[in-house]
Amino acid sequence: MIPWTAIVVLSAVAGGLGVVLAVLDRYLGTYGECKIYINDNEPLVVQGGNSVLQYLIDHKIFIPSACGGRATCGFCKLKVLEGGGLVLPTETPFLSKDEIRQGVRLVCQVKVKQDVRLLIPEAYLRVQRFRTQVAAIEDLTHDIKRIVLKLIEPDTIECKPGQYIQFEVPGTNEFRAYSMASPPSWKHAIELIVRLVPGGLCTGYIFNRLQEGDEIYITGPYGEFYLREDSQRDILCVAGGSGVAPIKSIITHLFEQGTTRRVTYFFGARAVKDLYFYRECLELARQHPNFTYIAALSAMDPGDQWEGETGFIHTVIDKRLDSCANMEAYLCGPPVMIDAVIEVLKRKGMSESCIYFDKF
Amino acid sequence: MSPYVIFFAAIFTNNIALTYFLGMCPFIAVSRDLKTATGMGIAVIFVMSLTALFAWPVYHWLLVPYHVQYLQLVSFIIIIAALVQVVEMIIERFSPTLYINMGVFLPLITVNCAILGLALFMILRNYSFIQSMAYAVGSGIGWLVVIVAMAGIRTKLVFAKVPKALEGPGITMIIAGLMALGFMGFAGIVNLQ
Repeated sequence: MIPWTAIVVLSAVAGGLGVVLAVLDRYLGTYGECKIYINDNEPLVVQGGNSVLQYLIDHKIFIPSACGGRATCGFCKLKVLEGGGLVLPTETPFLSKDEIRQGVRLVCQVKVKQDVRLLIPEAYLRVQRFRTQVAAIEDLTHDIKRIVLKLIEPDTIECKPGQYIQFEVPGTNEFRAYSMASPPSWKHAIELIVRLVPGGLCTGYIFNRLQEGDEIYITGPYGEFYLREDSQRDILCVAGGSGVAPIKSIITHLFEQGTTRRVTYFFGARAVKDLYFYRECLELARQHPNFTYIAALSAMDPGDQWEGETGFIHTVIDKRLDSCANMEAYLCGPPVMIDAVIEVLKRKGMSESCIYFDKF
Repeated sequence: MSPYVIFFAAIFTNNIALTYFLGMCPFIAVSRDLKTATGMGIAVIFVMSLTALFAWPVYHWLLVPYHVQYLQLVSFIIIIAALVQVVEMIIERFSPTLYINMGVFLPLITVNCAILGLALFMILRNYSFIQSMAYAVGSGIGWLVVIVAMAGIRTKLVFAKVPKALEGPGITMIIAGLMALGFMGFAGIVNLQ
């Protein structure tokens, strides 16, 4: 028998309290009209009470925020010059003492209660929201997929090789960041490489639901990890696992531009089944004498036929490179791998200011 | 029993923190600083009073008439959770500094067993509405008194030589035990059953 009385009584209690909360929120949670001044331009006029990040998104100014405003990714850092209030305990783990002194805040945590003045880097103001359509989706390995999104509106993107976009998971308010694997010359489409994260919301959606022809919204481009084109140094690229995407973009762009810089690319994977874009890279190395490709496997499956390098990628770099003094490095992969590689590169004479990395 | 007696007993002889050891998490964590402890204590008084104000009518006017008393636990938890939201809104609006200082412990009042304990005791002991209110305000004040006393002691403790292994929560628990022994001295005056 369904206990209807219990359901009705419980709903009455919860509903009544909900009404109380809604009424209070209406009177306590709003702060009247507030102005947000960005880089001393014309202010955005908003009804206070929400976070700065939310108002910026509402006004189509997209600040990186992989966690959707929960102060867990620490991406949405901006300089708040006035009106931000005190730094919250939720922000302190992501801010250095220097940043706090300069007024840097996580804008997902800064509530607009009065007029706010903030600085937004010009690059963020160029970020756009794109309506896209899935043009291709295919398996690269057992747990990595390649996705091509055709841009519909706006239909062109200006980006630098190595930057990333944020993928809006349909039906949720969640975003996830993915590096673009396509070079900037792909003006009307972008390519992503996505590895399945067990239990992951976005990768779960991509692997189980996403199909060719689906419409997807993305924002971008974001990121400080991109190819420094004005430099003349030789280039070292290191990718681990699914960290190939930005490196692929960088390398493709370099050779499209007919670079004369020496490019060495190390790719670390676990077993033969995790190798992808392997033949393409070997082919590229055959065509361009200034490109070297070295793949290394760290945990081969029994029966794997492999005559290349083995071991962790930092030990292979240590073995294969002599001096790194006249090189700059672009690293993308898991934090442990990047930390180990940086150690090796510093030991081999690379200046820390020439090492660019993207940990994920 | 007179509401005055209940009020007095809730503060001293049946102090919810020191006789039942309820609400220990914020009691230990937020008693480092006198001002924050006072703010937390006031917030607890507020939530306790509101809890009694809502929980008593819900139990006697809704759960009892419809014979669904077994819903008391879930109803009380919903009430407390909603009331903590109310307190959070009020504090954020009127004292942002206190809001920041309390940090995560403010929403934690929701899972503070002192509040739920209060609501359940009030029903268990068959208090009338007035008695319940006296018990709630008294318990809140009792919790404020001990957390402020603890914060006072802990500010002096900075100058004491505490063994390394006992620093922080360890010594605080020992002090709480000693305070409980001290409060036992009030026990002969009156006792709530």
